[in-house]
Amino acid sequence: MAVARKQGSLTNSLATAEGNYRWREIALTALPLLVFLFSFPLGRYPISPGQLLTILAAKVFPIAPTWPATLETVVFQVRLPRMLAAMLVGAALATAGAAYQGMFKNPLVSPDILGASAGAGFGAALAIYFSLGVVGIQVSSFLFGLLAVGLTWALSSRIRHDPVLILVLAGILMGTLFSSGTSLIKYVADPYDKLPAITFWLMGSLAAIAPRDVWTALVPILVGTLPLYLLRWRLNVLSLGEEEARSLGLDTGRLRLIVILCSTLITAASVAISGMIGWVGLIIPHLARMLVGPNYRELLPAAILIGSAYLLLVDDLARVLTSVEIPLGILTSIIGAPFFLYLLLNARRGWV
Amino acid sequence: MRLELKEVASGYGHRTLIRRISLVVTDGEVLCLLGPNGSGKTTLFKTILGLIRLQGGQILLDGEDISRWPRARLARVMGYIPQAHNPPFPYRVLDVVLMGRTAHLGPTAAPGREDMAVARRAINTLNISHLEDRIYTEISGGERQLVLIARALAQEPRLLIMDEATSALDFGNQLLVLSHIKRLAQMGLAIIMASHFPDHALLYASKVMLLKKGQVYSLGRPEEMVTEENLKSLYGVDVKIIRAELPGCNETRVCVPVCR
Repeated sequence: MAVARKQGSLTNSLATAEGNYRWREIALTALPLLVFLFSFPLGRYPISPGQLLTILAAKVFPIAPTWPATLETVVFQVRLPRMLAAMLVGAALATAGAAYQGMFKNPLVSPDILGASAGAGFGAALAIYFSLGVVGIQVSSFLFGLLAVGLTWALSSRIRHDPVLILVLAGILMGTLFSSGTSLIKYVADPYDKLPAITFWLMGSLAAIAPRDVWTALVPILVGTLPLYLLRWRLNVLSLGEEEARSLGLDTGRLRLIVILCSTLITAASVAISGMIGWVGLIIPHLARMLVGPNYRELLPAAILIGSAYLLLVDDLARVLTSVEIPLGILTSIIGAPFFLYLLLNARRGWV
Repeated sequence: MRLELKEVASGYGHRTLIRRISLVVTDGEVLCLLGPNGSGKTTLFKTILGLIRLQGGQILLDGEDISRWPRARLARVMGYIPQAHNPPFPYRVLDVVLMGRTAHLGPTAAPGREDMAVARRAINTLNISHLEDRIYTEISGGERQLVLIARALAQEPRLLIMDEATSALDFGNQLLVLSHIKRLAQMGLAIIMASHFPDHALLYASKVMLLKKGQVYSLGRPEEMVTEENLKSLYGVDVKIIRAELPGCNETRVCVPVCR
């Protein structure tokens, strides 16, 4: 009897745990949607929810336009692309950050650890210096982001030592090299025209996003995210460290290469359309870990959902906080640093 | 299962740390490695596990050379029990044990129902089912060591390799872990373990290998190899081997330091 009752209560508590889990899953999935609906009416050009719904419905159903044409332009050419870009970049940086934190066995790692952002920043500065235009800036930034990480990888593979440690050191080296390159370009750039353009670009912003940019970034971000998502359970094993993971049967060399390739693709593509946006890839995985635990099976989807909602919210602030746009990168740092401190102070156990 | 090392030489880069190692371990045997720090115990383990490359000789499993086996295939035969340490993230105990299933899963798969059953069986074998939902980083060192043994069992290997897995544990936990190891050997697993204590070899091993400067000093039955002369030569200290008659036990031998 006693045993039966005990088992009964055990299945019960398991059922509740499962139930809690379901609810958390639903809440997390709803989060980006809610933030999306909340964000749409916000901005320089106010749009009422009713107007918005009619405009959106008119895309599908034949409704005669009763609104000014400007409104439609604002919705489809300006606001929607910008919001989608914010969600895309937020999800991308959170994914890359979460994957890197596992691979480097270190919760303080962010997506730019191997020099992707520094390289992308250099590429953008170079393109602005040579007046290459928007597409030129994006392409150059993306390619230099890949190049920086490629050099990091090439450098690290020449040294026979603890592969993870060497990667970090090589990444710091490449990051420094490309940042100095950026500084050099800024120093020689025309101080009235090019210099401010480079500086503003580096601060990160989504103000100038066009519909085309969203499509451009979507492809590499999807291509990079999909393998990480599929392999996510193995990231747990990778986080145990080189020898343990290998003795458990994991081909660590191959998985590490895949993680680096995918994360670099994601990060370089994000930086190319948004500029430098710091702290997202660092704090979102922590927040997700606090909510769903460290198992990548749940952690990665949670990081993607929270990341997209978070950057959209911060971009709302950038849009409406003051009469002048605040660069997004500045806001993410201002919010990110104290938020990170809060997470650390409230960590229930060791690293959250 | 029969693991055979033939004239194995290995080390890091161009340095050779162990050479001419030959040994055989079969199902149900517990081989204990004794040797001073730097004698090559860890290097030998890493070589068997395929973590460092052979410089010479052969490692055979049931007669088959394993040097070209992929990682997952090796892991389905050999389980490694490292010293308990802190992973960077606070995984649940059950999740840690489930990671033992890596070698049985496809690249994009996560553990399913059957893997869960295997993991639970491994946890029950070590009598730690009460830890299942605890956080791995919050339990004691002894408990963590048992969890790592459970993880290695979840690999369903034929051979377990333990590198001084008890050296960070208190007295009681050392004996607990070692008695589990002995029981696993009785269940048919082959076990290779390294230890700093001659007593462990005397009490728990069926075979002992003494390593000195990367070479086999002697190999054989514990009561024949763990002798006062051999330990003096290996560690440079004077010890006495004492025989004790304990009621209900076979003759027990222990190693005690000699006072001066």
